[in-house]
Amino acid sequence: MSVTVQTDVFDAGDALSAFSRSLPDAGGVVSFTGIARRDDGRTQMLELEAYPGFTEPWIETLVEEARARFSLSAVKVIHRIGPILPGEAIVFVATAASHRREAFEGADFLMDHLKSRAPFWKKEHGPDGARWIEPRQADYQDLTRWTAAQPPR
Amino acid sequence: MARVLLFGALRDLAGWREQFFEGVSDLTDLRSDIARLYPELAEALGGPGVQVAVDKALVRGNLALSAQAEVAFLPPMSGG
Repeated sequence: MSVTVQTDVFDAGDALSAFSRSLPDAGGVVSFTGIARRDDGRTQMLELEAYPGFTEPWIETLVEEARARFSLSAVKVIHRIGPILPGEAIVFVATAASHRREAFEGADFLMDHLKSRAPFWKKEHGPDGARWIEPRQADYQDLTRWTAAQPPR
Repeated sequence: MARVLLFGALRDLAGWREQFFEGVSDLTDLRSDIARLYPELAEALGGPGVQVAVDKALVRGNLALSAQAEVAFLPPMSGG
């Protein structure tokens, strides 16, 4: 399990290659990369803020929950903070499991929670100034998928 | 004494990131000090979705504060 919160730009392809190489016995690997959108020039820069010493343990607890719930054999999370330009990766999540369903669902679960629950604050800088972004209603709605009764496996 | 940290929109509203409050014994006490000094911030701290962490653990309601307590006010969060 690996959680990194960093200001440095990273290459999601390299992150996935390194993750996959570290897992000789995985049956399946799923990854998701969130990329800063350009939004037709409305976004010139994103600025992400974390609470050092609080954000990392929060993500580690989330990763542990995902690992147990979806029988994941490995998880990697990278989250950027600081200034982020359009086209750059903001977040990377990779999961490994014996079977594809667990790997897909684990990554989906992690992203839904990172999007609207993880301790990050996001400011969008555009031609008309800057504004803080709050999760959309749809983001909160996505979370409810994971609290509904689980079908028997 | 409590070390108060503000994040996101709360920090922009207040115009400061960190401040020490002397002689506050609990969160309620701290909130009334903030209300006296920064009424606009105090109102925002009571807004929807603002969470409070004391010594990096989320808390609800009132809580006694140690002399070195770190109190963080966390507006609605948005990652990735």
